[in-house]
Amino acid sequence: MAKTITIEPLTRIEGHGKVTIHLNEKGEVEDALFHVTQFRGFEKLCEGRPFREMPSLMARICGICPVAHLIAGAKACDQILAVQIPRTGVALRKVINLGQIIQSHALSFFYLSSPDLVLGMDADPAQRNIFGVHKENPQMARDGIRLRQFGQTIIQMLAGERVHPSWIIAGGVSEPCSREARDTILSAIPEMQKIIQRNLDWFKTSILQAGQQTVRVSKFRDEIRTFGNIQSYFLGLVNDDGELDFYDGKIRVVDASGKIVADKLAPEDYPEYIGEKVEPWSYLKFPYYKPKGYPGGMYRVGPLARMNIIDRCGTPQADQELSEFRGLSRGSVLSSFYYHYARLIEILYAIEKIEQLLAGPDILDTRVKAIAGRNNTEGVGVAEAPRGTLFHHYKVQDDHGIMKSANLIIATGHNNLAMNKGILQVARHFVKGEQFVKDGTDQQGALNRVEAVIRAFDPCLSCSTHAAGKMPFTMDLVGSDGEVRDSLRR
Amino acid sequence: MSASVKIKTLTIDDRHVGARENQTILEVARENGIEIPSLCYIDGLSAHGGCRLCLVEVTGIPQLLPACMTVVEERMEVSTQSERLRKLRKNILELYFSERNHVCSVCVSNGNCELQDMAGETGMDHVHFPYLYPDLGVDITHERFAMDDNRCIMCTRCVRVCDEIEGAHTLDIKDRGIETRIITDLDQNWGDSETCTLCGKCVHVCPTGALFEKGKSVGEMSKRRQFLPYLALMREEKR
Repeated sequence: MAKTITIEPLTRIEGHGKVTIHLNEKGEVEDALFHVTQFRGFEKLCEGRPFREMPSLMARICGICPVAHLIAGAKACDQILAVQIPRTGVALRKVINLGQIIQSHALSFFYLSSPDLVLGMDADPAQRNIFGVHKENPQMARDGIRLRQFGQTIIQMLAGERVHPSWIIAGGVSEPCSREARDTILSAIPEMQKIIQRNLDWFKTSILQAGQQTVRVSKFRDEIRTFGNIQSYFLGLVNDDGELDFYDGKIRVVDASGKIVADKLAPEDYPEYIGEKVEPWSYLKFPYYKPKGYPGGMYRVGPLARMNIIDRCGTPQADQELSEFRGLSRGSVLSSFYYHYARLIEILYAIEKIEQLLAGPDILDTRVKAIAGRNNTEGVGVAEAPRGTLFHHYKVQDDHGIMKSANLIIATGHNNLAMNKGILQVARHFVKGEQFVKDGTDQQGALNRVEAVIRAFDPCLSCSTHAAGKMPFTMDLVGSDGEVRDSLRR
Repeated sequence: MSASVKIKTLTIDDRHVGARENQTILEVARENGIEIPSLCYIDGLSAHGGCRLCLVEVTGIPQLLPACMTVVEERMEVSTQSERLRKLRKNILELYFSERNHVCSVCVSNGNCELQDMAGETGMDHVHFPYLYPDLGVDITHERFAMDDNRCIMCTRCVRVCDEIEGAHTLDIKDRGIETRIITDLDQNWGDSETCTLCGKCVHVCPTGALFEKGKSVGEMSKRRQFLPYLALMREEKR
């Protein structure tokens, strides 16, 4: 008899979602779906507002990555103003964006995912959290907290607030960088480099096995093989030199074999190459690469995608790490498990890049904002958010700049198709028959793996929902007659 | 001060104070460092008595009186901080927040707003009335300023400053009750106004982010009001 397993809500992700696993009559996994179950409506509620409010209004989408929305929103507004931002304004926007990459990646890796990696997928759920990590590997827990603090401090020192600062505005940033802020941030760089290097080494030795980088001997070999290890395209921004760039650049698309299938695509033309499909069972849209159709045009964005599309990072230590990372595969690195690895390399890059930017001779310049009125009626702002490429597209009325419409494609959305495929793969491997089993023993482990594959993508469902309070965790196996056959709760 | 002015004595919150005979309770209280909250009153403009936040208790009078409109009397006993008044002020503020669309987080005046400050001072942490969410627009047709009805509390400071100080009387009020709105000229777009002198006084007396300079982003609009008492004084002396 056909059955459906529902995991709701998912834990240790940012936001609220659920998973259903559909079993066929033989009890085999037939399909698995990732649902985003709540609706926000930001695109609609901004209509009628002056466009200059947009960066701050859109930043309210998320408390974890508000800076990404501020950057993309402000860049869209820059186009509406039709101005060139003073160089220092651009450099400061880059620094704060990288600060956010560090804090968000640290949150994802150390707080949300390291419990699975340090304690194991089958560990007691009561221990499998950041406190459990602290017991097992106190240095690592401290490192995660310190890194996140560093990222947040950058945001606070430049913009005045850690969450939802209003410093990034249409035309630049509102205040220049103080000498004190620059010196404080720079003085912490050596410590941060040590921390990230230590954890990169830990990941390579403990997870990938003694630098041999062969998945065959890893204790996570099953996970590496089945965590969204799928053929897909990869999409993201690269700058004119083919380097990693979180702030600006052109869109590049790379296929699973590592071949560039499209390059130097103008972000403004995104409707020509990105389609957005709507499915009735989720509030999150399904973007796809248009030339390959739906769902064949499935692509991934974010740390893994960025490591796959760039020619080089552009900073010395991160480039060394990138070349090791590339050694994992002849073509693109395909397993979504490696999102974690890519995230650590990006933290290293961000630390190096912040140092470069803040050491620049003009960084304390007081010209950080271009002043102009509305000159265009449309603007597209694109930046690399921690989770991937973020598009903000605004249209304003041609007389005075009141918002007519907005379209946002958020990183988590790009990955929607791939996340669905990822949970299907992991469910096929770890969910057997009418029970949730892993080697016939640990039910919770199977359950956790389905969640962990979603966690690897670090989806930010806060961008489409609010999370509040204690999240109970249940997974029900429901018969076609509606009767619950098996149930797991914690 | 002319010699004919009489002095009256009264108590405010049990403090003995002296006042000129034509002074209001609010003026006397502020002169003596006693803070009575208000949103529509501003030094240098005529009193309006609209915001109801300065309501005070006067011994022997059952109803509450607006301090900005009530002239002092001999041996008056005024109380400005009773529990009843605190509750009432909180309720009034909640009504303000429920009546229009006040979203501090994306407002140009966030951090520089009298309504926001007042809510903080009175300890208003919830709005117990259902929000009305009126569908209101923003007029950004003016070349320098913008008017957002969503954030207007109808204090009419802008109307009074435009009339009494600038003498242009560009701004006025239309309709009644909850439908009341600030208008420019004959309910035209501000950008089409022929009387507006672009002086910006209305923007700077506005207690909230309802009137602001174009080009300002969230939290960037701070108002400068020091000019007003000076201008008012100069006009008085000219007369």
